[in-house]
Amino acid sequence: MSENQLQRTALNDAHRRLGAKMIDFGGWDMPVTYAGTIDEHLAVRTAAGLFDVSHMGELEVRGPQALALVQHITTNDASKLQIGQAQYAGLTTPQGTFVDDLLVHKLSDEHYFLCVNASNTEKDFQWILANTEDFDAEVKNTSGQYTQIAIQGPRASEILQPFANVDLSAIKYYWFANGEVDGAPGIIARTGYTGEDGFELYIDPNASEQVWNKLLEAGKPLGLQPCGLAARNTLRLEAKMALYGNDIDDTTTVYEADLGWAVKLHKGDFIGRDALAQQKEQGLTRKLVGFEMVERGIGRDHYPIFIDGQQVSQVSSGSPAPFLKKNIGLAYLPLSHTAIGSQFHIDVRGKLVAAQVVATPFYKREK
Amino acid sequence: MANLPDNLSYTKDHEWLRLTGDTAFVGITDFAQSSLGDIVYVELPKVGDSFELSDPFGSVESVKSVNELFIPVSGEVLEINEALADAPELVNNDPYRDGWMIKIKIVDSTELDSLLSAAEYEDFIKEQE
Repeated sequence: MSENQLQRTALNDAHRRLGAKMIDFGGWDMPVTYAGTIDEHLAVRTAAGLFDVSHMGELEVRGPQALALVQHITTNDASKLQIGQAQYAGLTTPQGTFVDDLLVHKLSDEHYFLCVNASNTEKDFQWILANTEDFDAEVKNTSGQYTQIAIQGPRASEILQPFANVDLSAIKYYWFANGEVDGAPGIIARTGYTGEDGFELYIDPNASEQVWNKLLEAGKPLGLQPCGLAARNTLRLEAKMALYGNDIDDTTTVYEADLGWAVKLHKGDFIGRDALAQQKEQGLTRKLVGFEMVERGIGRDHYPIFIDGQQVSQVSSGSPAPFLKKNIGLAYLPLSHTAIGSQFHIDVRGKLVAAQVVATPFYKREK
Repeated sequence: MANLPDNLSYTKDHEWLRLTGDTAFVGITDFAQSSLGDIVYVELPKVGDSFELSDPFGSVESVKSVNELFIPVSGEVLEINEALADAPELVNNDPYRDGWMIKIKIVDSTELDSLLSAAEYEDFIKEQE
């Protein structure tokens, strides 16, 4: 795909002015890094980072049976949500595998706002459309109406507060407020994909550059840095947050992905419930675990995994962890080898290098 | 613009050589380290290993990627930069001095003819951009 066919977010010019290194990320022209991935990663762990994540998709479900539709298509129990609350869920196939993973925000009793993965937006939209017929509800793809900016890190709240017209300290983790950021109306959600405290802002694209620039300028003295997708990946990996396409997809079930906490079998029927209930009863044969390299080497995405001389799977996500200063990753292993401390080998470009299963998340912030 | 000392020789694999007699220090250029980003691991050969021109002799890993290193002239490894094991960031911070990788004994001086001058390498990277 040539550069002029790539989709651009409303902040494309701003990234270029900041000297970002741009890449084609699933058809989007996105910043992969500005000052360097390690610097950006550490800024988020110790101060704050600003991310353009406008490539993420937004789908909105409205109608008298909006809740029933959301319940039917997702694994978590959206009936437990109060207005202003969000939850993580799987959007599942009848096999209990992932069409996508998403965040469900309850805007009102008849209005739910779903944030989905960029490259899955159209697929998810079509999937939900195809499942709406039994419900008095409609789904719209409103992705073009929002710029999504994430401000993440221990100082995120302090930096954002002067620009927000709501009291950020009143927004709890996984809650959100309808408010204004520098006068631009939108959703201010205390969510993120970094393992830190922080906010994800869904605002009008026309206001995005002004908000981006002002937050950067105000946050700079406090250590705020613009952060690219490379740091976003290493941050989410340290926090063991799954990445669709790497760690989860339509061949992995929600239980296998160790995300069973987001499955509520007792909420009533939903797509994939029978398969998941059966798997829960019968037990898993494999599970997604975190590993750390024992010997020198980095087990990267897709590197083959060997146990007793047999290839059993491959690394789903693997990278140096800039804050932990270790080489870590995620992989599906046979259940018999998922205990903490279990050793296995990763084929690092022809050389078998030892790794072991460790407790996750690799990184957990102090509350 | 990338920093390109005049007293070094360069290759199209973005390596530099500092020639002294029949030996040369070898590293990667400022352009290369900047393109790779934060370097987290440098894999080097052992002292005494011998390589033929263009053989892979090691690798440089950044957070995002792995890149093989190719030997710019045939020869035997006389020294390796042990400091890179604990401080791979030296390659980013000082690619032409503290970030050197190996010192090699050159066996065929005619191979030096195909190396690039700083000006030639600068033209080469301009074409790449």
